[in-house]
Amino acid sequence: MNLTIFLLALFDGISYAALVFIVALGLTLIFGVMRILNVAHGSLYAIGAYATVSLTGFFLALGFAPVFAFPLMLVSAVLVGVLLGGPIEWLLLRRIYDKPEVLQLLVTFAVFMILEDVQRLLWGTQPYFQASALQALGNVTVFGVTYTVYQLILLPLVAICLLFGLRFFLRHTVIGKLILATTEDREAAQSIGIDADRVFLFTFVVGAVLAGLGGALASPTTSILPGMGADMIVLSFAVVATAGLGQIEGAAVTALMIGLGRSFAVYVWPEVAVLVPYLIMVLVLLVRPEGLFGSPVARKI
Amino acid sequence: MTATNKAGTAKPPLLETRELMIKFGGVTAANNVSMQIEAGRNLAIIGPNGAGKTTFLNICTGWIKPRSGKVFLEGEDITPLPPRKIVRRGVARAFQIPQLFTEHTALENLLISAAAREGLRNPLQNLHNIRQRDEMMHLLDLVHCTDVADRVVVELSEGQRKLIDIAVALALKPRLLLMDEPTSGVASSQKHEVMEILVGALAEAGVTSVFVEHDMGIVARHADEVAVWNAGNVQLRGTPQEILEHPDVIRDVIGEEVA
Amino acid sequence: MSDISRHTTARGDVKSGGMPSLRALLTLLAVLLLAAVPFIAPSMQLLINLALAKGIAVLGVTVLLRAGQVSFGHALFFGISAYAGAFLMASLPGADLILVLIAGVLGAALSGLLVGLFVVRYRGIFFGMLNLAFSMIFWSILEKFYHVTGGADGIRLPRPTVLGMALERSGFEAVIFYLSIALMVGLGWFTLRWFASPVGQIFQTIKTNETRLEYLGLSPKRVLLSGYLLSAILCGVGGSLMAMTQGVVTPEYVWWVRSAEMVFIAVLGGAGSVRGAFIGALIYEIVRVYASAYAGDIWQMLLGAFLLVIILFAPKGIMGIADGLIHRGGKRRATTAEEAR
Repeated sequence: MNLTIFLLALFDGISYAALVFIVALGLTLIFGVMRILNVAHGSLYAIGAYATVSLTGFFLALGFAPVFAFPLMLVSAVLVGVLLGGPIEWLLLRRIYDKPEVLQLLVTFAVFMILEDVQRLLWGTQPYFQASALQALGNVTVFGVTYTVYQLILLPLVAICLLFGLRFFLRHTVIGKLILATTEDREAAQSIGIDADRVFLFTFVVGAVLAGLGGALASPTTSILPGMGADMIVLSFAVVATAGLGQIEGAAVTALMIGLGRSFAVYVWPEVAVLVPYLIMVLVLLVRPEGLFGSPVARKI
Repeated sequence: MTATNKAGTAKPPLLETRELMIKFGGVTAANNVSMQIEAGRNLAIIGPNGAGKTTFLNICTGWIKPRSGKVFLEGEDITPLPPRKIVRRGVARAFQIPQLFTEHTALENLLISAAAREGLRNPLQNLHNIRQRDEMMHLLDLVHCTDVADRVVVELSEGQRKLIDIAVALALKPRLLLMDEPTSGVASSQKHEVMEILVGALAEAGVTSVFVEHDMGIVARHADEVAVWNAGNVQLRGTPQEILEHPDVIRDVIGEEVA
Repeated sequence: MSDISRHTTARGDVKSGGMPSLRALLTLLAVLLLAAVPFIAPSMQLLINLALAKGIAVLGVTVLLRAGQVSFGHALFFGISAYAGAFLMASLPGADLILVLIAGVLGAALSGLLVGLFVVRYRGIFFGMLNLAFSMIFWSILEKFYHVTGGADGIRLPRPTVLGMALERSGFEAVIFYLSIALMVGLGWFTLRWFASPVGQIFQTIKTNETRLEYLGLSPKRVLLSGYLLSAILCGVGGSLMAMTQGVVTPEYVWWVRSAEMVFIAVLGGAGSVRGAFIGALIYEIVRVYASAYAGDIWQMLLGAFLLVIILFAPKGIMGIADGLIHRGGKRRATTAEEAR
């Protein structure tokens, strides 16, 4: 493997990891606070991508500059969070917090099934491609390897900002502390006047926005087609499970591991590239069942 | 049996711990616990809350591992074994909060226990038709729960669940039974009666018992021996009379009970 | 749960075996009706056959539901068994039907053991999602290694011989149909007995108290593994029958939608009910065929919505509703030995 290929693999891995991390961050945040694994998270990711492509196409057709694609990504992400995430929590999840874990999983799985068809109804089965945001930022050359600024700099930057932004938000703002208090002990939080319902709604919307944002940011780099949501939920679960459910910083590390593992495999043994994330997950879980950064919980008897 | 042990034969004690240490956070739950439990007696463990009594039972049955120290069952080092392997060697356990199969009936809980003991594997035999059914009905009778045999566990009272929990442990035919507050949840008017039955059943089956207990009246009447637990270790040990009249115990333990 | 009523003395009919219950009578009638399908409604034969194959696979998912676990990846064993049969036919042209079935079941059992050893360390979310991950892994392998697996087009499974005889199409279809019915009855009966047996009852305690299980001297992991193996084998039998009925196996056999379908049918029929698995599969297949003309595009959406309705409003599924009718409102517990009769 020469330097060029090494760098290509490295850059591929980093940009891929950044995208996966953004989605996984939403998944693990929701789990950490609400103890619910949202299987529909992958659909929110896909819908974020579709919405961005549609909105960008619409506005570019009106004659707006390609740079306008960036605010539209944010708009798409927020739309996904508010229009889909909000009702999901408010109408469905709120009814099942006291139900067995398996039932909660079935409910979010049902939402996933519904949203998969919603995508097909709205956007059909033809792939979409909309790379104006990618082209707008141009390329950069590092050690003779030319790569897009969008993937090499913007995506990792956004991922890092989100990681530290979320950390800061949870630890140093009032709302963040309310969320942490609710996570710690829901009943105690309610007894001191915290509205746990609103905390959960807010958390779920934020998590959904992150899924949508992941899709929005991914849209210029890949073709958008049915099935991407199913792939992403399994992949982001692999990241989150490898890290330990609810581990935000850990998710960043494992996203990088999995992203790099996959991109190097693409150059070394392309057939197994898609399997690498799962192989990493299985290997980690064999050694540490609770994930790299999770800690085992002993049941009190 | 104890007499022959005292006479110096090589037979090791039924259960023995050596220098058990464990901490949770900053709290020392077991502080250098070395203890011997001889076969054939009912040992009561008393002491204030947080003294490490339940932790001791947890370590002896392998549920948690000590940071250092060892547990021996008749001379065999069982420290690294998981609970199920210790149970297989004849140590059963009843819990402070009953651990039962809540969607099964009282009788079914016992039948499952018997099936586990016998290693029943026939996939075509109905659980209710196993050979041990009569034996299990007898056990239910022993803990005065025959009338609720076919009731699902969630319908039972707290006291009944405690008794079924103990019966499930007895169904394993253990040599040693560890019980965590066996009479909590039992109406105070019936506590002595329940203990009477229990001690009788243990004697009949030849089971040695260790039980954590807060009620000094129960301890005085039903224990052969008492160990006073404080700050993660055995402070005193002796007959019920010796212990309950000991000034330290009156101050530290009984005082708290009254409060 | 508030709906757990006083125990009805169903044990009596277990022991005496005298008067058959209404339930047994209805079951017998249903089986006879199914067996008559090739004569009274030949156009339905293929459809019913596919439903029976799926029903046996759904039974596998049902087994796990009894332990309070849900797998979103059991199509894995369905598919592995189907591919095992197809590979056998490719390397041994004209192999016997029984051999294809055995190869499929062996494949499912072996993979069930391997995957099972890993996933029984987990419960709930992890259990469900890790199963999904394994099925996705296998799906990727099927798609990527197309020179072996035929990729997205899959591979043909030529008609096997039956006891040495090479049958023509309609004869073979009849054999598969009655084999499916026989397997439904046999495996359904076995699963009912197993649920009621000590091993099956111990398996179902995974749902309520693993601490006590450990303190009975048993390993919860091994207990779960026993049921997991049974569930993988049942899915394997279903997959093998499906593959022989359709004559072709594709990666769609292991696609997550297939797993979701199985979970859906299991919940529809009544989480944990053996008869419900088959009734659910029959209703599902029939509705799907007739609805696909009108609602092919929104089929998954309808399933999802219906799943939500069942979970939120009728968590006991079809069998719960039927039980309510049979017992005139007298509800029964879900996990006792009697219920499994």
